[in-house]
Amino acid sequence: MSSIISVANLSKTYGSGFKALKNVNLDIKRGEIFALLGPNGAGKTTLISIICGIANPSEGKVLVGGENIQTSYRKARSLIGLVPQELHTDAFESVWATVSFSRGLFGKPKNPAHIEKVLKDLSLWDKKDNKIITLSGGMKRRVMIAKALSHEPQILFLDEPTAGVDVELRKGMWEVVRGLQQSGVTIILTTHYIEEAEEMADRIGVINKGEIVLVEDKTTLMQKLGKKRLTLHLQGKVASLPESLRHYELELCDNGATLVYDYDTQGERTGITSLLGDLRAAGIRFNDLDTTQSSLEDIFVDLVRTS
Amino acid sequence: MNHRAIRAIYLFEMARTWRTLLQSIVSPVVSTSLYFVVFGAAIGSRISQVEGVSYGTFIVPGLIMLSVLTQSIANASFGIYFPKFTGTIYEILSAPISYFEIVLGYVGAAATKSIILGLIILATAGLFVPLHIQHPVWMLAFLVLTAVTFSLFGFIIGIWADGFEKLQMIPMLVVTPLTFLGGSFYSIDMLPPTWRTVALLNPVVYLISGFRWSFYEIADVSISVSIGMTLAFLVICLAVIWWIFRTGYRLKN
Repeated sequence: MSSIISVANLSKTYGSGFKALKNVNLDIKRGEIFALLGPNGAGKTTLISIICGIANPSEGKVLVGGENIQTSYRKARSLIGLVPQELHTDAFESVWATVSFSRGLFGKPKNPAHIEKVLKDLSLWDKKDNKIITLSGGMKRRVMIAKALSHEPQILFLDEPTAGVDVELRKGMWEVVRGLQQSGVTIILTTHYIEEAEEMADRIGVINKGEIVLVEDKTTLMQKLGKKRLTLHLQGKVASLPESLRHYELELCDNGATLVYDYDTQGERTGITSLLGDLRAAGIRFNDLDTTQSSLEDIFVDLVRTS
Repeated sequence: MNHRAIRAIYLFEMARTWRTLLQSIVSPVVSTSLYFVVFGAAIGSRISQVEGVSYGTFIVPGLIMLSVLTQSIANASFGIYFPKFTGTIYEILSAPISYFEIVLGYVGAAATKSIILGLIILATAGLFVPLHIQHPVWMLAFLVLTAVTFSLFGFIIGIWADGFEKLQMIPMLVVTPLTFLGGSFYSIDMLPPTWRTVALLNPVVYLISGFRWSFYEIADVSISVSIGMTLAFLVICLAVIWWIFRTGYRLKN
């Protein structure tokens, strides 16, 4: 898959001397959903702002669709739709007027049929004549997405698209994003909700303190870094574990009713076979067992802590 | 040239005028009519002619300029400040549009409103006093030039302001006094010699003088000096805006 965005050696130092981005290199593949994760102040929004033309880079080069964002900014920007994190909307304009305005701003001829489709896809059609100020927060968020989609962009940036949006609406938005991907739009989203990245993304990038810590295919990442947890539900409660089991670093939970063992799926030996053997030898019996894969959130927290 | 973007900004700004018709058009017309009642009728009846023109007629160009100056600044500064305030400026900055086109959209709309307003006030004045315009083309040229120049100035204020107080400060504390002292209501020849010299430091004197010349062929300073000073201010404003966009001052980090 070819790159639609290519970021090379990008750095950003603010006037205060704060280094928001440090030598960032990143390629976004055409047609993918890329999730950019990072704690607050990691540089997610700065990175997006530079690519979209809202902030100036201090060093480095960014190509969008092969066009340099500084020397060929018209071509580069016309490919991008941006939904910023904050709810920046007009107040007194109607939904229809503000979305049509965005299309004009991006140099596209009028196309009421397209605007109608965008508004219908985002469940805003019945609000098209309403003033934006009268809409709820979730609706305003969708108006901003409609504005970003008004000029038929090939790339859509969603900066924290579901922050402050209720669960039902969030799932609705995920559907919209998937639909966009199917129509060929490349989507870059930043999020605090790991669940969102896990649910949506094809690839995941983690940024921390202005540096890209990791970029990986989501499933590979989950497999590579994923730890599994084996939970054994014991037949009877155990007050303490025998010495022979100490090196497994087991955890007794539920007042001794369950035994938890964390293991690395990528390790040469998981230790499960010997653990089960040693349990049997120690006379500890169990009724049931289950294994769970660690979530992206666990991986993320680990990465940020160690970077 | 992204002409659709210029059109979008222009129409968006003009739409704001129609939405706020009372504030944008009706209120300046009412206040100008009050000036005519107070200065033209009440005080003017006690003042003999000024340079061969009745006082009520004499103050018409000054009154139009007073409104055009203040409204150009108010329209343009608010037009660009409001997107900064609400945050919607992100869309302008991320659009495939050049700085020149952004200025053209915002300043074009602000200047259009002021010109319309100036013409409405002129028509209103015609209801109070007899009017005869000696050089209508020059009159329009001065009107357009002033509206554009002060809309550019307003645009600069709108970018510079980081709060509503700053937005109001320059128009209230600088522009209004300069306009009142700029010969809207009198000829600077009526001032004592020392004050006359001081008055010549006021750029608004040149605007009003030139504009009044286009009506009655009477001027405080020569017409070429008036045009020269107005153009000089226009160039200064353009240079400042060029610098703002080149550095991203108050717009881009």
